Amino acid sequence: MQETILEARHLKKYFPTSKGMLHAVDDVSFRIGRGETLGLVGESGCGKSTTGRVILRLLEATSGEILFDGTDICKLSKAQMREKRKDMQIIFQDPYSSIDPRKAVFEIIEEPLRVKRVCKTKQELAERVYELMELAGLSKRYINAYPHELDGGRRQRVGIARALALNPKFIVLDEPVSALDVSIQAQVLNLLQRRQEEMGLTYLFISHDLSVVKHISDHIAVMYLGQIVEYGDYQSIFKNPLHPYTKALLSAIPLPRIDLERNQILLEGDVASPIDPKPGCRFAGRCRYKTELCTKAEPEYTEYETGHFAACHCCKD
Amino acid sequence: MEEKRNLLEIKDLVVQYVTDEAVICAVNGLNLSLGHGETLGLVGETGAGKTTTAKSVLRILPDPPAKIQSGEILVDGTNLLALTEKEMRKIRGNKISMIFQDPMTSLNPVLTVGDQIAEVIMLHQAKSKKEAYRLAGDMLELVGIERSRSKDYPHQFSGGMKQRVVIAIALACNPEILIADEPTTALDVTIQAQVLALMKELQEKYRTSLLMITHDLGIVADICDYVAIIYAGTIVEYGTKEQIFLNRFHPYTKGLFNCIPDIMRDDNRLIPIDGLMPDPGNLPEGCAFCERCPEAMDCCKNGMPDQKEIEPGHFVRCFLPYKEG
Amino acid sequence: MTENKQGQPSYKKRSTLPEVWRRFKKNRRAVVGLVILVILILVAAFANFLPYDPYKQSPSEALQTSSWSHLMGTDEFGRDILTRVCYGARLSIFIAFLATAFACVTGTILGAIAGYYGKKVETIIMRVMDILLAIPNMLLAIVVAAVLGAGAFNMMLAVAISNVPHYVRLMRSAVLSIQGQEYIEASRSVGATDWYIIKSHIIPNCLAPLIVQVTTRVGAAILICSSLSFIGVGISPPTAEWGAMLSKGKDFLREFPHLTVWPGLAIMITAFALNMLGDGLRDALDPKLKT
Repeated sequence: MQETILEARHLKKYFPTSKGMLHAVDDVSFRIGRGETLGLVGESGCGKSTTGRVILRLLEATSGEILFDGTDICKLSKAQMREKRKDMQIIFQDPYSSIDPRKAVFEIIEEPLRVKRVCKTKQELAERVYELMELAGLSKRYINAYPHELDGGRRQRVGIARALALNPKFIVLDEPVSALDVSIQAQVLNLLQRRQEEMGLTYLFISHDLSVVKHISDHIAVMYLGQIVEYGDYQSIFKNPLHPYTKALLSAIPLPRIDLERNQILLEGDVASPIDPKPGCRFAGRCRYKTELCTKAEPEYTEYETGHFAACHCCKD
Repeated sequence: MEEKRNLLEIKDLVVQYVTDEAVICAVNGLNLSLGHGETLGLVGETGAGKTTTAKSVLRILPDPPAKIQSGEILVDGTNLLALTEKEMRKIRGNKISMIFQDPMTSLNPVLTVGDQIAEVIMLHQAKSKKEAYRLAGDMLELVGIERSRSKDYPHQFSGGMKQRVVIAIALACNPEILIADEPTTALDVTIQAQVLALMKELQEKYRTSLLMITHDLGIVADICDYVAIIYAGTIVEYGTKEQIFLNRFHPYTKGLFNCIPDIMRDDNRLIPIDGLMPDPGNLPEGCAFCERCPEAMDCCKNGMPDQKEIEPGHFVRCFLPYKEG
Repeated sequence: MTENKQGQPSYKKRSTLPEVWRRFKKNRRAVVGLVILVILILVAAFANFLPYDPYKQSPSEALQTSSWSHLMGTDEFGRDILTRVCYGARLSIFIAFLATAFACVTGTILGAIAGYYGKKVETIIMRVMDILLAIPNMLLAIVVAAVLGAGAFNMMLAVAISNVPHYVRLMRSAVLSIQGQEYIEASRSVGATDWYIIKSHIIPNCLAPLIVQVTTRVGAAILICSSLSFIGVGISPPTAEWGAMLSKGKDFLREFPHLTVWPGLAIMITAFALNMLGDGLRDALDPKLKT
């Protein structure tokens, strides 16, 4: 593995609700190597987006450490954190709500440069905005356009240009292509990969779409109800999934192929509530390998093969 | 060849949205047919005219601005577009039902799910209130929800369960045609798999004809018999599932398949289709795909190609087969 | 779009006003509202060019009905009603706008604070506003006017205070909904300060609903002003004010209805115009309706 750029240790984020504590992120640990992509997969409500936001301190963690380049960013003051933000960026899922509808493309892209006072002259600022638009594959004629005049793909490119503005080292991509059509999705994915190679970026790629995650990631972490249930490099996750949830998830992907025989594992029931979860394995309610142990003790996060971890009582054998 | 009588047939449908500023050509001369007990996948991207087509069949397009300019929609030989609104109401929910994309908004939050299923039954069948509620319970059981939950309100159900309720409502009057507009897009993959399995099972049980609108070729591979690829308001390729998946011909269909990351392979880069779908308010004169097409020829810019049968039952709207032939 | 030396299209600040105006123009009712309002303001501004004095009594001409020399007739002291209505417009519109401006500024600041900072500050501000809202508008104005005494300024203050809660609530909910938007997070993620976010994202995005609210509430303010004068806690006669004129005129309602009809019509038309204008602005400013 590459030198670690970001490490999360026992990260927790609870939200108080009227019914009890919502365990959105519950003891999550992982590390990402420099220049790599970690894919964080899970279904809606599993806490993957919250994890992404906690990592950037857009939400304050309830407890845990986030080491970025060796410093625990949870301990930084507000002002220090603002300074640090130029290294860490985020690209959002919904290109419709993540850019201010009352600002033109130029103003949106220029905002980070202006906030951080990167450019000294107006000329320099304009040059940099053009450069960023080019990096994001956005034609210059859109410089005066308003968001509502752009389609989803171009809006997402505006988001990308903006995220690249401060030359970050690390970017959280929160479902960046989910709202886009397949043909546009492929364009944006390719763009993201190209920029990563050229600029040596590190990505945390959050998505519910396993085929996209597999395509872009070096390592994959599968999340279920606030916890990482399996972690490994993309090949071992796909070739040799250990956790029953991962297996079900893999078999549930609709494949655009008709020349394959597939055994679909249909999961029973729905995801349990993340509010004050019961002790034991979170997946036990839907798991077909469930034993008595599963409802009593929380399974430990164990390394089964080199670099391939899972948290399950049943996959030992 | 024996004339196969189709249950649903759409002929040269043209639908436009007419506003003060522009005329948006959502559907442009669309032809489609669906046989008894068959499943047809209508595949296309946002803005290709999928939902407009579906809503035209039920005649529930908002008018104004939408206008069905020409064409025929035949169900069992009757042209739906010639019916009066009163006759049409008897067909909606009874002979043809529709499942919408978002289960969160297609249920009425202030009525119990039992009320909502029974309502449809009482509307179309001469059943007593008691009988209708009993049938509503049966429908819930059919979609895998306990009968006792018919007194619950929609917010007490999860997304997947809500979509099951929507399916129960749609099937309550045992329709001949079911139109499903992206029924699983709003659901998680594991829940999607459940709902698709349920739909497949019910479809086989009742021999309902299903028009499945989706953008996901994986879903098509899973449940469809026939596939129609729609682009800028016209069907560019139509054939059986095997023909489309194994022997696709139209450059757009090929492009669509290349865009999807294949988890069975390790490919480094996807091959996207360049550019964007043309603005439906300003369609080019020739083939709508020609600007993005890697195989475009000069003739593509001038006129719209006709539909050509390149093998039995496999139709393509492209100039390429004319060149080769 | 302009081109600079390298032939690149360069950024030029594009105003949204022409677009808003284009959409506004399409709404016939709104345009009518605007025209009426402009006429009223002009009338108010040039009232002193009218041939009569609103206060000079001439008993010989008392209680005349409409004629060529007195288009709206005269009142019990022989004053020209048209002149008084025009001077009344001056006072009513001025007080209503001033009261609304005061309420709007105070309310907006309080609402923005409540929305942005939340917690205890919000609870305190919002509960006080709830109490103010629980008292009927009129009653509140009466209480204020009664405590401070009658008079133009006190009436203005009374109307303003009774209007503040509406702005606080509007602003708070606008701020709350905008705060939940991802572009606020996006801005925070590049290291923008609170003040920067409020200044460049929250305020511009709250402006539209605020403008609409102001327009419709000016109409309401005019009504309250007139009502206060009518019941005698606002502006008292002989000042030319619509409500006060109504109040005096009611004594002659049976025999000389024109004393009440004209000022009544003036109030109605003004409120009506402002409401139509507000509706039109709401549609014109809504970015979702942009085509």
